[in-house]
Amino acid sequence: MTNCAEMVFPVVRTAGLDGMIVTFGDQLSEPANRAALAFRGAVQQQDLPGVCETSTSLTSVYLRFDTDQLRHARLAEVLQDMLAAQDWYGAPLPSGRRFWRVPTVYGTELAPQLGEAADLAGMSEAAAIDSLSSARVRVLTIGFAPGQPYLGPLGHEWNIPRQTELTPMVPKGALVQAISQLVLFTAATPTGWRHVGQTGFYLFQPDADPAFALRPGDELVFESVPVADFHRLCTSDPLRGGATAQEIRS
Amino acid sequence: MNGLKIIRIGPAASVQDLGRPGLLGQGVSRGGAADVLALAEGAALLRQDAGLAALEISGLGGEFEATGPLRIALTGAPMDAAIDGANVPWNASHHLQAGQRLTLGSVRKGNYAYLHLGGGIQTGEYLGSRSAHLSAGLGSAAAAGDLLPVGKDTNRECGLVLDPGSRFHGGTLRLVESFQSALFSAEERARFAETEFKRGTRANRMGVEVLPDGPGFAAQGQLNILSEVIVPGDVQMTGDGKPFVLLRECQTTGGYPRIGSVLPCDLPIVAQASAGAVLRFQWVTLEDGLNAQARFQTQLASLRGACRPLLRDPAGMADLLSYNLIGGAVSARADPFDAGGDQ
Repeated sequence: MTNCAEMVFPVVRTAGLDGMIVTFGDQLSEPANRAALAFRGAVQQQDLPGVCETSTSLTSVYLRFDTDQLRHARLAEVLQDMLAAQDWYGAPLPSGRRFWRVPTVYGTELAPQLGEAADLAGMSEAAAIDSLSSARVRVLTIGFAPGQPYLGPLGHEWNIPRQTELTPMVPKGALVQAISQLVLFTAATPTGWRHVGQTGFYLFQPDADPAFALRPGDELVFESVPVADFHRLCTSDPLRGGATAQEIRS
Repeated sequence: MNGLKIIRIGPAASVQDLGRPGLLGQGVSRGGAADVLALAEGAALLRQDAGLAALEISGLGGEFEATGPLRIALTGAPMDAAIDGANVPWNASHHLQAGQRLTLGSVRKGNYAYLHLGGGIQTGEYLGSRSAHLSAGLGSAAAAGDLLPVGKDTNRECGLVLDPGSRFHGGTLRLVESFQSALFSAEERARFAETEFKRGTRANRMGVEVLPDGPGFAAQGQLNILSEVIVPGDVQMTGDGKPFVLLRECQTTGGYPRIGSVLPCDLPIVAQASAGAVLRFQWVTLEDGLNAQARFQTQLASLRGACRPLLRDPAGMADLLSYNLIGGAVSARADPFDAGGDQ
């Protein structure tokens, strides 16, 4: 096995006894995330007999497969052939993605850490709201909790570290920020990320169909709204807080 | 609806089946029974499908009342079990008549006991499974007053027993190298397999802490690795170098480096190891791992044939004098499948 420091990407490796993982980078970058999303789309389209499920992380595609039906060596060969067939880092993103506009309150008592995050990013609160509310971010991956997206990448000025102390609890729908990314929490949780915005957009409803609002590759803008409008939207649209979606034409 | 009513129950019991594979991409791990061998044993004892749901009970048992005639099986970590006060054997199937009460004590060894119903427990499904996954907000813990509804029971065979596979005292866990193993030096990986571990106290359905008898294990560049997919069995090193073996309800991604991945067939040993039990790790090749997993699948398939009729030990029968011990001898033509004739 090669040392990770010398690794050349993309790389195909085993994951546990019945999985394989294709990794496009050891750092998060837009091209590496794009490659992962596009490659997973292509794997799904291939519909290989024996592949049970696929998922993406920030820069990788994971495949779980039936080892009776598909041998490791054979799957590795198929994946290498697919990798060699095109430049995945510049590939178009899969179709079926949506663009969401999400009404968001920045700062105030609803999102009390905006000021702290703005300081660390070296800008005023007003400039931070302008920056965050105009950024069109992508669902880089979904994980950690059901339906919970990692969003980005934001500009380098937002590459601020996580807090060393956890915030004891932020509510469902909280928009939190660190390391050039945003996370929109699907449940109340303690976190080391800073609570910069609050939405009424609930991404995971186990009893609804579909249960999950977002898919990897979807794009979002968190538009700034006044507190009064936010409360009105949460009352009239209790699960989405006024968030709207349209198909992205590819 | 017929079923089993919960009169009282310990704090950590929930309905579990084989879980919900296929939702990793949406951040939902497969979950399901912590000990899939116990789930399969219960299905074999009741002559039914291993995908049916059972009640998983961790630590402290409870008391239950049948609302109609039921077949039950008890598997996994053994508990003292009694029907209307009379002790009944573990890893066996039994009849409950309407109104009869089943009591389960605390686990004597291991962690997870299973109470199976003939026809399976038919609580509601969430995302294609009846398994509670509490951290994901799916389902809820079993509580006093709940009725566990039973599915249609198409079989009447009962009074069977099965030798439990030994998995309650720790043992050797076979693991394969995985995509982050190379983050650990060859010396560190070799030392991992030479180290004796004890099952720690931090353990739940997501993972089990194992404490080395020497220094912890560190990856190179441990703090800078990107969060990556987790598969059940992965052995992750937390910041203090203490390993956790992750189980089926683990998070779907994580940033701690993982030295290797325990074979799925050895995860019941991890889940059922009592606190303080000794565990060791043994590296195996991918090919040996696949062969071991295939043997385990064969073992699961052979459980049905391994069941044998339960011979009751008179010493364990608290109400011995109330039994008509020769009554069966005069009714040679009685229908042996009549549930009413089965003591």
